[in-house]
Amino acid sequence: MDMRVGIDIGSTTVKIAVLDHQDQILFKAYERHYSKVREKAAEMLHRVENLLKGHQIHVAVTGSAGLGVAKTCNLEFVQEVFATAGAIDHFLPDTDVVVELGGEDAKIIFFQGGLEERMNGTCAGGTGAFIDQMATLLAVTPDELDKLSEGYEKIYSIASRCGVFAKTDIQPLLNQGARKEDVAASIFQAVVNQTVAGLAQGRRIEGKVVFLGGPLFFLKGLRKRFVETLHLSPENAIFPENADCFVSIGAALYSGKLKTLSYEEVLSLLENSTEQVSIQNTLEPLFSSQKEYEDFQKRHNSNTVPQMDLATYQGDAYLGVDAGSTTTKLVLITPQGGLLYSYYASNQGNPVAIVEQELKKIYETCDDRVTIKGSAVTGYGEDLIKNAFNCDAGLVETVAHLKAAQHFNPDVDFILDIGGQDMKCFKIRNGAVDSIMLNEACSSGCGSFIETFAKALGYSIADFAKLGLFAKHPVDLGSRCTVFMNSSVKQAQKEGAGVDDISAGLSISVVKNAIYKVIRVASASDLGRHVVVQGGTFLNDAVLRSFEKELGVEVIRPTIAGLMGAFGAALYARDLGKDRSDLLSAQELKEFSYTSKSVNCGLCGNNCHLTINQFGGGRRFISGNRCERPLGKGKAKDIPNIYQYKYKRLRELKGVPGKRGKIGLPMGLNMYENLPFWHAFFTKLGFEVVLSPESSRELYAKGQYTIPSDTVCYPAKLMHGHIEGLLDDGVTTIFYPCMPYNFNEHKGDNNYNCPVVAYYPELLDANIEKLKHVRFLMPYFGLHRPKDFTKRAVEYFGEQFGIPAREVKEASKAAYDAYHQWLEDIRQKGQEYIDYARAHNMPIIVLSGRPYHIDPEINHGIDQMIASFGLVVISEDCVAHHMPYQAQRVLNQWTYHSRLYSAARYVLTQPDMQLIQLVSFGCGIDAITTDEVRDILEKGGKLYTQLKIDEINNLGAVKIRIRSLLAAMQARKEAK
Amino acid sequence: MAELVYDKDGRLLFTKEMKEEYTLLMPQMLPVHFNMMRKCMEMNGYKVDMLTSNHRGIVDEGLKYVHNDTCYPALLVIGQLIDAIESGKYDPHKVGLLITQTGGGCRASNYIHLLRKALVKAGYDYVPVVSINLSGLEKNPGFSFTLTLIRQFVYSIVYGDLIVLLANQCRPYEIVKGTTDQKIHEWEDRLTNEFKDTSTLRYKKVVENMELIASDFASIPVNRVPKVRVGVVGEIYIKYSPLGNNNLEEFLLSEDCEPVVPGLLDFVIFKINNRVEDVGIYGGYKLKKVIAGALQKYVEKCQQALIDVVKKHPQFRAPEPFSHLHELVKGYLGYGNKMGEGWLLTGEMLELVKSGTPNIVCTQPFGCLPNHVAGKGMIRKIKENNPQANIVAIDYDPGATRINQENRIKLMLANARIALEKELSKEEGQYPKQSQAGTSAQQTAQSSIG
Repeated sequence: MDMRVGIDIGSTTVKIAVLDHQDQILFKAYERHYSKVREKAAEMLHRVENLLKGHQIHVAVTGSAGLGVAKTCNLEFVQEVFATAGAIDHFLPDTDVVVELGGEDAKIIFFQGGLEERMNGTCAGGTGAFIDQMATLLAVTPDELDKLSEGYEKIYSIASRCGVFAKTDIQPLLNQGARKEDVAASIFQAVVNQTVAGLAQGRRIEGKVVFLGGPLFFLKGLRKRFVETLHLSPENAIFPENADCFVSIGAALYSGKLKTLSYEEVLSLLENSTEQVSIQNTLEPLFSSQKEYEDFQKRHNSNTVPQMDLATYQGDAYLGVDAGSTTTKLVLITPQGGLLYSYYASNQGNPVAIVEQELKKIYETCDDRVTIKGSAVTGYGEDLIKNAFNCDAGLVETVAHLKAAQHFNPDVDFILDIGGQDMKCFKIRNGAVDSIMLNEACSSGCGSFIETFAKALGYSIADFAKLGLFAKHPVDLGSRCTVFMNSSVKQAQKEGAGVDDISAGLSISVVKNAIYKVIRVASASDLGRHVVVQGGTFLNDAVLRSFEKELGVEVIRPTIAGLMGAFGAALYARDLGKDRSDLLSAQELKEFSYTSKSVNCGLCGNNCHLTINQFGGGRRFISGNRCERPLGKGKAKDIPNIYQYKYKRLRELKGVPGKRGKIGLPMGLNMYENLPFWHAFFTKLGFEVVLSPESSRELYAKGQYTIPSDTVCYPAKLMHGHIEGLLDDGVTTIFYPCMPYNFNEHKGDNNYNCPVVAYYPELLDANIEKLKHVRFLMPYFGLHRPKDFTKRAVEYFGEQFGIPAREVKEASKAAYDAYHQWLEDIRQKGQEYIDYARAHNMPIIVLSGRPYHIDPEINHGIDQMIASFGLVVISEDCVAHHMPYQAQRVLNQWTYHSRLYSAARYVLTQPDMQLIQLVSFGCGIDAITTDEVRDILEKGGKLYTQLKIDEINNLGAVKIRIRSLLAAMQARKEAK
Repeated sequence: MAELVYDKDGRLLFTKEMKEEYTLLMPQMLPVHFNMMRKCMEMNGYKVDMLTSNHRGIVDEGLKYVHNDTCYPALLVIGQLIDAIESGKYDPHKVGLLITQTGGGCRASNYIHLLRKALVKAGYDYVPVVSINLSGLEKNPGFSFTLTLIRQFVYSIVYGDLIVLLANQCRPYEIVKGTTDQKIHEWEDRLTNEFKDTSTLRYKKVVENMELIASDFASIPVNRVPKVRVGVVGEIYIKYSPLGNNNLEEFLLSEDCEPVVPGLLDFVIFKINNRVEDVGIYGGYKLKKVIAGALQKYVEKCQQALIDVVKKHPQFRAPEPFSHLHELVKGYLGYGNKMGEGWLLTGEMLELVKSGTPNIVCTQPFGCLPNHVAGKGMIRKIKENNPQANIVAIDYDPGATRINQENRIKLMLANARIALEKELSKEEGQYPKQSQAGTSAQQTAQSSIG
């Protein structure tokens, strides 16, 4: 047989394998292609000239980027999972499962009991690319990351759904001083969880498992996490020596059945096929001429602050620090705002060390000539830095940015800040922050995204940005989250876009993301007349230009755009009017030391991972806590909080042993509304109601393997765990009805439940194998028509359990009574809390969402955090009943959502109330309600705050929003 | 110039003057059906344009004016309509927009409201939006759903289903490329012209016509070599609209497959049937049940006629009737599962799998709520009970790239081809040829994508 060649072109690498007629691997290679896919493949093929010159060969191309190459070059293509399965069957025939991780794809192939192949969906995000991104975040190479992971002591829980989510978890860990070793291992664990949970979907990974693909080949730490998590014995965990090139070997095997070509012909096809450079979606160039660019630069460079010389300056100074998520910014200013010293750089995962080093530098340069009279910190690392260095004040970022922007334009009415990780924009009314928009976890990306991409393509961020300025045909990459953007870039590369076009396209994407996804405006006039843009990302001229072009306005970008947070903090410190700052002195700084260790709190069920930071001299700072307990305080506990009340009441509904045995109810989704109903119903019938355990991360993990759709909301995903929990408790009858209709409260045009709430029992039934062995009851019921319900219930329970009609009727009556009592109780309790707030002059927050948002695993303790700021928390169902029906501008047909609109309208009538809306990620219906609730509130002159929640349990972004809301409330109060 | 008139809730009405002066723009979902409906409307005195635009600008307009997490079809339809208003082709003061309104618990029922919001945002609050629905929602003086129009629409759907069904079974095999599409155009014109004479809107006449259509398509010269058949199911807009599914049918044809796309009649019957089921499950007016039941029977009769016509031509595969799908989902979902495509989606997959088209692309907008359950949620069970099922779920959204979607479909196709080869060699009474890559395990292959 002739030589067989397999070419595997993935999202980041090219792999080539050459097989002889005895299936001996004569050659294999694995290299990054930096998006020059066809060239790289040709170059690598050239290297086997001595082997193949003059030969007829079989060739097959595979891989996600291989599809395009095969098409343009007219070579045969084989789907990569298919090729892998072929190779496994040939070389490792007794394999049970293959796990393959690539640059952006994750795949599992099950061999036993019917071959099944699975690839990650479009949302699940990258794996290799994800690890690269995370390594960049820690400022190490992937290899170094691997080494670090060996020294881990503990694993943090990091959201495993996609890269963006994980980042939101990791960043604060770093900022709070978690050990890099632990973070590294946690990153690998996240990849493992993602693979196991995201792909297995109801099948367990067991037996002989073969691990393939670059990341698993190169990263020992990742391997270790897989083996441990899957409990594999050494003989069952196979890491083939060709794991990196295995797919190309599969392609080579496959090629055997194709017709042969001469080696030279293949080379020429690869080298000479001209791609039709027909990139479908291109945009206008950013600049048409050098002149245009120069004018642009000149205009923006005029927005500057005077530079002063710290080495000669004498007098007072103020220090501002912005401990951001990826970068640390620090400035020292004169009372007039002159810049004495500035620092802007990546925090390398250790902001404390950087501030220490910079402070030392400042003290050395200024001797005794300068008196630091005030110091303030802002940003993610605010608390840590403030405690470490004894700064005078901490302030929320939004306020810091406003301060700084007002310095450049006192009339500023709109600020957009794009930093490394987050995007913030806020409208200013009457000199105070009026409404805030932050990017949701899904549209992050922002600055660090461009940077990571630049690095992946082999450029520095500055060079990469420059390339984009004069690109002729910027690629249209859409405006979505980074994971999608990766695939868009892949598509553009396939279509022949150059690096310059991609660079410009990325800048435009970031801007579009900001405008259409975060700010959500349709035209520039909605923004305001005095727009100030800032944040490090706007130092990139391509981004700035894209922004001005997209909106058709000229904006102000201060030359210190990257330092605005720190600058604002310094101005804030100045305005504190102190005689001398409490900041650590030069002498104290010499004795400064810093260590951190992580512990589990253990004071309550949350069991938070705490990081204890110690700074020498007995000073310490604890972070990672969700409540005040580990700090030895108990403030939040005493503040009325209906979330706590409701949750406690529901969990107190215990079963009473009865003649008809046990019946299990999974405690999630609409059961949070209907439990009082069903509990009364079954108890009356003589069933002992057994509730599933309280939600937790562990419970979620238990059921994760049966989730068929990874884009469904977290509350729904938790249901899988609740079922497992009931089964573990030995319950043999589980009741979980399908309910398309909800109670009719006559506040909307219909009374539906959302499709997920309505039908999730059917999904559980079809996907949880174990339910076959118990009695899982999921009848359709409508509680909105009591008479008809009773009739149907008589029928159903008569049929199922032989219960006499009379008993069911009585139970039904008891159930409706209990439900109405429950509603009444919530309303009364809510009123009690409102009265309390008014008696104590405390603001009230109507924390609105769905009934199941009171589950602490779903809200991650947000209610307690809000309370810890001295706010009384009530929920939408405490107040919604006050408002009569009113037509909305959207179809108001879901009961829970009608409550939202009613609650929002009620809040308008109460000066001391504000509404915060909780939104579960992936809730399609909230795409509609959030806009509507915002409209209602803003038209009525109220602030709108939305908190998006998912399985992530980090509250950093939430805190910013709440503190900004508080600052805005304060400013409004003062304005009155 | 028509005056702007509002109803008591502040809704801009489509007036009689507007009917004279305005052009109504309608999105396209099923090319054949909707084109016939458009012609019907023109016959009834409306000026109507069906939008067939398909370029990136549509998505951009959608992203601008619709919440980005709203489902993709809403984004596309609204983007397409606004893109058309801004195209310069129309006087924005002389256009109205047509959109269907289904009602039901899915967020899709909100399209019309989202469209109005978008219009306000884009500065076109003076453009009237006309709702097409059978529930009597949102009446307009300038637009009446007359009995004639309703009958024309119903028969357009019946004819449309038949034409698409036959065309799909001819196109991949036609000897002269384009013959099938030529026939489609001829029939579209001929049938809608006939509608002018309302006496042709009779069941008997329709059956006669269907027989003519079937014979005509049967006369297309074809070369029926065995090809992989691929079923396309899913959220209704994404399933049918080339704009929504990145020209999925075209892609399947280019991969040398025969696309099998279940018709619209099932969906129509399904929606009527929901009303019958609702009364059964939750109680309510018996009369409603009776009326809906009668209507269901009538449409089912039309569907049965269609099936009978197709069965007269052995070269065509006839679909199964609604009642069969209804039967198939037993043990999977309840009949109360009615939001979006509800149990019908599962039913369609089962029907395909059991009728020899085990290869299926299940399409949905990213994060489609009902499809979490009725689509992705049922695939595992379908496979468990039907090992030959080879189903891939594909999400569509503004950021999802074609290359990723096609790569996943290709995996499904690779397995489908092996299964086909195996089946063919079995038919020939030979042992399957062992190729080096296509080994035993793969021959029972099936795929699933998360």
